[in-house]
Amino acid sequence: MWVGRRLRRFEDAALLRGEGRFVGDIASGSAAMRFVRSPVARGKILDIEIPKGASVITGRDLEGVGTVMPLLHRDDFIAVEQPVLPLTEVHFAGQAVAAVIAPTAEEAEDFADQVFLEIDPLDPVVGLDNALSPDAPLVHEHVPGNSIIDSNMTTPGFTEAFEPAPFKVSVDIRSSRQSAMPLETRGGHAAFDASTGRVTLSAGTQAPHVIRTAIADVLGIPEADLRVVAPDVGGGFGQKYCLAVEDVVAVWAARRYRMAVAWIEDRRENFTSSFHSRDQHYLVTGAFDDDGKLVALEADIRCNVGAFSCYPVTCGVEALMAMAEMPGPYDFREYSVRARAVTTNACPIAPYRGVSRPVITMTLERLMDEAANRIGVSEVEIRRRNLVTEFPYTSVMGLVYDQATYIESLDRAVELIDLDGFRKEQEESLTKGKYIGLGLSTFSERTGYGTSAFAARSMDITPGFETVEMTMDPSGFVEVRVGASSHGQGLETSLSQLVADELGVRPENVRIVQGDTDRTPYGWGTFASRSAVLAGGASKLASHDMRAKLAAIAANELEAAVEDMEFSEGSVKVRGTDVAVEMSKLARIAYHKSNQLSLGSTPGLSVSATYDPHGTFSNACHAAVVEVDLETGAVQIRRFLVVEDAGILINPLIADGQVHGGVAQGIASALFEELVYDENGNLLTTSLMDYLPPTMSEMPLIEIEHLVSISDATITGAKGLGEGGAIGAPAAVINAINDALRPLGVVLNENPATPERVRRHIARAQGA
Amino acid sequence: MKHQVTLNINGSEHEIFVEARKTLADAIREECGLTGTHLGCEHGVCGACTVLMDGQPVRSCLMFAVQCNGVPLRTVEGLADGDDLHPVQKAFWEHHGLQCGFCTPGFLMLATSVLEQEPDIDDEALREVLSSNLCRCTGYQNILIAVKAAAEEMRG
Amino acid sequence: MKPAKFEYRAPRELEEALSILAEVGDEGKVLAGGQSLVPSMNFRLARPAVLVDINGIGGIDSVTSSSDHLVIGTLARHVRFERPVTDGPLGHLLALAARKVGHRPIRIRGTFGGSLAHADPAAEWCMIATLLDATMVASSVRGQREITASNFFKTVFSTALEPDELLTEARLPLLNPAAKIGFVEFSRRAGDFAIVAASSVLDVEGGRISTARIALGSVGGTPLRSPAAEAVLQGNVPSGELFAEAGEAAAGDVEPMGDIHGSPEYRRDLVRVLTRRSLQASTEH
Repeated sequence: MWVGRRLRRFEDAALLRGEGRFVGDIASGSAAMRFVRSPVARGKILDIEIPKGASVITGRDLEGVGTVMPLLHRDDFIAVEQPVLPLTEVHFAGQAVAAVIAPTAEEAEDFADQVFLEIDPLDPVVGLDNALSPDAPLVHEHVPGNSIIDSNMTTPGFTEAFEPAPFKVSVDIRSSRQSAMPLETRGGHAAFDASTGRVTLSAGTQAPHVIRTAIADVLGIPEADLRVVAPDVGGGFGQKYCLAVEDVVAVWAARRYRMAVAWIEDRRENFTSSFHSRDQHYLVTGAFDDDGKLVALEADIRCNVGAFSCYPVTCGVEALMAMAEMPGPYDFREYSVRARAVTTNACPIAPYRGVSRPVITMTLERLMDEAANRIGVSEVEIRRRNLVTEFPYTSVMGLVYDQATYIESLDRAVELIDLDGFRKEQEESLTKGKYIGLGLSTFSERTGYGTSAFAARSMDITPGFETVEMTMDPSGFVEVRVGASSHGQGLETSLSQLVADELGVRPENVRIVQGDTDRTPYGWGTFASRSAVLAGGASKLASHDMRAKLAAIAANELEAAVEDMEFSEGSVKVRGTDVAVEMSKLARIAYHKSNQLSLGSTPGLSVSATYDPHGTFSNACHAAVVEVDLETGAVQIRRFLVVEDAGILINPLIADGQVHGGVAQGIASALFEELVYDENGNLLTTSLMDYLPPTMSEMPLIEIEHLVSISDATITGAKGLGEGGAIGAPAAVINAINDALRPLGVVLNENPATPERVRRHIARAQGA
Repeated sequence: MKHQVTLNINGSEHEIFVEARKTLADAIREECGLTGTHLGCEHGVCGACTVLMDGQPVRSCLMFAVQCNGVPLRTVEGLADGDDLHPVQKAFWEHHGLQCGFCTPGFLMLATSVLEQEPDIDDEALREVLSSNLCRCTGYQNILIAVKAAAEEMRG
Repeated sequence: MKPAKFEYRAPRELEEALSILAEVGDEGKVLAGGQSLVPSMNFRLARPAVLVDINGIGGIDSVTSSSDHLVIGTLARHVRFERPVTDGPLGHLLALAARKVGHRPIRIRGTFGGSLAHADPAAEWCMIATLLDATMVASSVRGQREITASNFFKTVFSTALEPDELLTEARLPLLNPAAKIGFVEFSRRAGDFAIVAASSVLDVEGGRISTARIALGSVGGTPLRSPAAEAVLQGNVPSGELFAEAGEAAAGDVEPMGDIHGSPEYRRDLVRVLTRRSLQASTEH
């Protein structure tokens, strides 16, 4: 068995030698495209003054080019149209207004500096609270109340359950605006090929097929005229999933001027102009009965989605996911919710690792801790009483939860972190004036969303399925072409392991081809913890078909029954005998001696399979131990534990790496990272000295234990796990801070819990 | 105005003709074709562009190529000896010290210089030095494990 | 994020550098370690027409002791101070500070003189120079002049240096061998500029503090001494309570600026805490 092994990654051989090919590497030597960006958050474009000798593209040049308008087909959604380059109005500081082309990046920037944008500034709408105030200006005239989504749902029995409940516990949760901040910024290199008339766009994207559709649609060209390649991609975390209008301009220019041109975003642009994330505010009240059972939940969800809606998912995704997945791993039957996606003059939001679930989890886990305090039960007990225990379980929103280990992971985390021992230590510490705290975070992570899950959001473009094309070539090597598009997740290695087991070959004899629209079947790329589940499932299905083909040839060759064919170590043998034939020989037969194939067999060895499950829920319990310095407000994480269940792990080495990275981003959300706009809508955090991803010194050791649910929701038994770390960690850390400061009466429901914020809460509590 | 500069990278000389404003990082990438050195921020914080200059780690985005005439430079491309990976490269592979691989060259160069100069560096000092560079994928845990493993290997 | 064009000059002799500076005046900028200058050039916040690279000039990176001063050549790199450059408390103080200057690769390139001339109010060396009232030596074709720290730092990124002047050395007074030194910073990540930094030197004679110096970084346009806190300490017996009182006095003495890294109120809080902690640390060594 290859599945389950900590196999080192095939991807690494080139990356370790500096031989990876990232967009910037491909762009090296090409003409450079530099964007001139709006210096103001909102205003009317009066004039664009172009310096002498400069090649500049403005909205006027893009005649016949369409707009970007992602859609949801639902009454509570208002579509917002985004011009590729605006002609009349700018909607956020950093919005691309013009593009300069020059032989080098330096020269492009020289010219861009001289392009003068004459803009008549208008009052911008900055921040959620302002956008929702009754006298707020409208970001888009056709969007009343600045809400592009305003969705309501109340179960019929809600009031009856909610009103009489003896305990009503409210939490008011804010999660700051953040950047996914991949270490490689975005970029694209568009090269025109005169011999075919096609353009090849090499782009830092998580979804090459989707980007191709988008660009072809906006430019009004056949998709066949465009090839999109995702070469090595230096991290995405969601930021590189949605369409960059800059890519559209690059492809347009490559076609128009029959040239090769590259835009490589700099770090400042990555902050001002590349998709932001989170910026959510939830007001939630849980109604608990005397036993601490949650009987009804009321939620008011507000998401600041910025100036435009991201393609293809739309900015409805944040609010709608929050609405649908708010119950998390907890059972309650009555629910009343209002979810709004609010537009402001800020950089647009796109899904970032976990999307709304880090905020959902922080909300529920804060709620559980506050409820435990109010009702007088332990934080473990309140969770045990409310966690879903029977599967399949259908949530109040109609989601079906497959087999998981909600209670088990909680119990195991409590045991490993030694909660009782910690409480003693905490008591002793307090006598010495030392404030330590422990926070738990129990959550579910919906992964492997298929088309049915996305269709529930009424998306115009409904992602979900994944198709795999598999070929065994005449030399016996297996090529697997997938529409998923890994950017650091190690998909090539994981899929090779999976296919190796299915076909009885070695993983190094399996080549995974991804990230190229010319070479792979239409697929949805890598996001939402889907690739291992979806591409893995499709690979397994394709492997079955491949086996059937091979078995037929082998049976013919070995003169035995097809049912008796057994696959192992590169051979097919007759079960219970030594009679065998090497797979490479079967491959030769399939191609070169097809005359020998049995009647009805087609020459060659190519199959294709599609997988489209409903989805599956991974789960975990995180536990964090922190120490708070009362005087400075600094929070130090002393211990961080993850008990996690993603079903069968294909490659535990990679799986652990995903957990580490997710937790690191979750801790970053909880303590460090925040994009800050001033009152005029100008971003203040435009460097890595102002926006603070943590370094090694700030990161604790992460202890991981895996549990394994056997779920039939996926055919590989593997559940997704890319986002879990980021989903659970903020809640664990924020709960730990609250636990540490409970003796002072501090309640802190906002991230990041910067030292200043923590200190302010402490000062307020001490002053009171 | 352009300047004639000789960059000595991994023992090979590259004669280049660049504007004074061409950063060392851009010169290495564009003029010498060694694209293993990456640019993550161009303001000296992320460390993806770390190269060794006279054996010392520096941010190549914060130097100009004209400043480096004839100075021995080492980049990620010079770490392996033919097919034999450097112990630090091997350890990163073995311990999954990279995911997307974008920060990796910078970390490899940083770690190599540290281990060459302070083979017995203690954990705390090592963590402090490795905090010079940013990684967005790994949470740093496996990077630390890998560098410690490489240290052991290099001590023999 | 590529720098604007500039003319590059790389003098090999000090005199040559000075005559270039005299020639180019306002248009010129000295390139030492470049760890602050080059980022701001990459952001195009700084656009010098002429860059005068002094890295090729010999003899201006020495660190030597005279009978009463440590004389630091302008090109001495930060990394050099990580291990004490001189016996006694001064070397130790500089080592504590050096380890807080950015990260290792920054310390390898960045220079002592460059940091002083850049005059970031959060910079360690600027605070140390203020703490010790160091003397800066400015050279130009017009000659040499000495400027004390209190006159040297004008405001954020601004010094008393004239455009034709090069800071060639800094002289730090040696400390009493028994002096108690403290240096603490508060930043959110390893290697970041401090949100607030505090440093202190105490001479204790006969159980009482005979001289007290306290300097604070990142609370105003320049590093600041805290006369009020120093007055609290002067003549008194060191104790936790006294240090707390000094912290209060220091906090009352400052009008911190606010930015995204810290509001004025928070910085004032940190001044209180860090002043006390610096003093405490100094008596614990």
